[in-house]
Amino acid sequence: MSDFLHVYNAHAFPAADCPQVDFETFRRQVVEAVAGGARLAVLTAQQAASQDSRLIAVLMGLEAERLSVLSCPVGSSYAALTPQCPAAHWFEREIAEQTGIQPAGHPWLKPIRFIPGPQGSAPLPGVADMFGMAGSEVHEVAVGPVHAGVIEPGHFRFQCHGETVYHLEILLGYQHRGVERALRGGPDRRTRHYMETLAGDTTIGHAHTWCRATEALAGTRVPARAQAIRGLAAELERLANHIGDLGALAGDVGFLPTQSYCGRIRGDVLNMTAALCGNRFGRGLLCPGGVAFDVDGPLAEELLRRLERISTDAGGAIELMFRTPSVLARMEGVGALSTETARQIGLVGPAARACGVDIDVRRDQPYSIYRFSHIPVCTWSDGDCFARAYVRWLEIQHSLTFVKEQLRSLPAGAICQPPQPLRAGQMTVAVVEGWRGQIVHLVSTDAAGRFDLYKVVDPSFYNWFGLACVLRGQQISDFPLCNKSFNLSYCGHDL
Amino acid sequence: MFDIVRTRWRQKYQTMAWPDGPPPALPARFAGRPRLAAGPVENLRDALAACPTGALDVAEGQGRLDLGKCLFCRACQQACSDGQVSFTTEHQMAARQRQDLVIRPGQDSPAPARHELAARLFSRSLKLRQVSAGGCNACEADCNVLSTLAWDMGRFGIQFVASPRHADGLLITGPVTRNMQLALRKTYDAVPGPKIVIASGACAISGGPYAGHAEQSDGCAAAVPVDLFIPGCPPHPLTILDGLLRFVGRLEERE
Ligand code: SF4
Repeated sequence: MSDFLHVYNAHAFPAADCPQVDFETFRRQVVEAVAGGARLAVLTAQQAASQDSRLIAVLMGLEAERLSVLSCPVGSSYAALTPQCPAAHWFEREIAEQTGIQPAGHPWLKPIRFIPGPQGSAPLPGVADMFGMAGSEVHEVAVGPVHAGVIEPGHFRFQCHGETVYHLEILLGYQHRGVERALRGGPDRRTRHYMETLAGDTTIGHAHTWCRATEALAGTRVPARAQAIRGLAAELERLANHIGDLGALAGDVGFLPTQSYCGRIRGDVLNMTAALCGNRFGRGLLCPGGVAFDVDGPLAEELLRRLERISTDAGGAIELMFRTPSVLARMEGVGALSTETARQIGLVGPAARACGVDIDVRRDQPYSIYRFSHIPVCTWSDGDCFARAYVRWLEIQHSLTFVKEQLRSLPAGAICQPPQPLRAGQMTVAVVEGWRGQIVHLVSTDAAGRFDLYKVVDPSFYNWFGLACVLRGQQISDFPLCNKSFNLSYCGHDL
Repeated sequence: MFDIVRTRWRQKYQTMAWPDGPPPALPARFAGRPRLAAGPVENLRDALAACPTGALDVAEGQGRLDLGKCLFCRACQQACSDGQVSFTTEHQMAARQRQDLVIRPGQDSPAPARHELAARLFSRSLKLRQVSAGGCNACEADCNVLSTLAWDMGRFGIQFVASPRHADGLLITGPVTRNMQLALRKTYDAVPGPKIVIASGACAISGGPYAGHAEQSDGCAAAVPVDLFIPGCPPHPLTILDGLLRFVGRLEERE
């Protein structure tokens, strides 16, 4: 018998109903549930002036289609969950860094974002007690924060013996710009922009999650037409990024044809999103209550025409890559992760599905359009760079079909239900399957209907440690390929 | 091999004709350069209240709009009761001087971007080290697009390079987070002189949506001298490339 409250995806409940148990019970029930196959979606500490701090956990997969919430009061220190529940590893480091509450017995406690502590002391970014190796021929390779390509900043430290990497340490936080802090007390006129820029390549994903959380808190019903257009935008975002990633992977193994074609085709998909709302990343398309732009008949026709072209071109470019033995030889067996490890560390999205972990929010906690139009879940079992690439290709094909279907059968009606103010003292968990994996927003309102908790978990937050794991035992020259096969977000992690 | 050649044939030639031919068509719903019309400032009240960054404000009895702070969200346009604020699909917005980014009623012509030193030294070869210093990665994504074959920025001798030591200057994106201040400084110092700096995107120019946050620096101008400002959130690739080409004197300034 557990004390969890089971709620549907983005359904609001009175914040007072969030079950609170003593810490020992909380710890035992979370650890047991995760050991039994549930996944830790959120573990966070909420500090409020009026009350004591509390820990809140959200689990997925404990109860069909629902999310399970539990909380407990916490003092300045508690017994860390990580030793029994590795998926809590990153969350507990975040708790310690953000609140100063100490998870005692955490095996690897150090900053994840290098933000000034509650006492104001500011750590130097990238300077931490790192996992090291000793020996005469052991060497360390340090990379970043400024990288060779046009990419975001992060610091990587490899422990090598010869060419073999024994351990990779990933230090982030260079993109930290204080979004979660700024969200508290909202919503206000910047809220939309914080959401759309949590991770620029996931504008639709985060905006969608925020809209759904806000709609739940306000009790707004979204018209069917708006839900379909949101689904359209979400799958276009997935298409653009997956196609771009496959091109980049081709580039990293030196297969230039696919790299060049996919780079261009990705742009064509972004331009479809721009046709919807004027912006290539989908800025301004979604709004609480629905969408801000309609897709009329001629536009749908035009998009279908472009999609035909994109299907043919993408198919040609990508299948060419997967037919080329030298490409396959470079990807197969590189950076492999077992299903077991993927589950333990709590991997999400295509990276998890490539390890045979059969999860997808669109099916498991279905929401909006995906409750009516199903998209098959694509998995592969090898967990290597090939698998991460191939799962993307499978998903591209399903998304193409889905977008075509939606464009042909857009329901009639309004595109936006004017949003109401948020209700006071409510709580909700909204989860969306972004192109990198699940996006979770855990939100609650105070007595005035303002956000007193806005916890964002970007899929990259779950997956960065997975990248560190796959590098073990690999050649250091395999890093670019492995890194690209995950293609994680720095800003989505750093917030 | 045959497979590769056949695919190449099917994919066709895709590099755009611009700037010799017409620019690529921008979407009808694209928010390009805004336009202010003269009118009573009282009618701007709702627009001012809707603006997330204070890009729109009132000075000397008339409205003004700072492209360097603007997120191109059009909240002002929706809120404005008499149409004083509107958006064109004009992509040309980059400017050499920060103050030239501020638009006033009736002022519709783009500001100059040409940089004398850059035009003299870098018009045939400009190597840039990109520094991502916070932000959301959308600016970086649209810089990367310029290297794809649709845009093929390399045809103008403009290239992103791996090392600051090989660069003629920096292209900076992001508001410069506290955690990137030192790295940006070191990268700037590593570029041999004479060097230029380009601030691309609302974040790098003004802090963008994060302006005022203690975790960042409201843009890069506080840390390094800036020679070209490219507005947008993110700037459209056409806006970036147009800015770069005018900056090095490869594209005529419009009157
Ligand atoms: S479009 Fe620019 S000026 Fe208008 S509200 Fe948005 S940020 Fe402000």
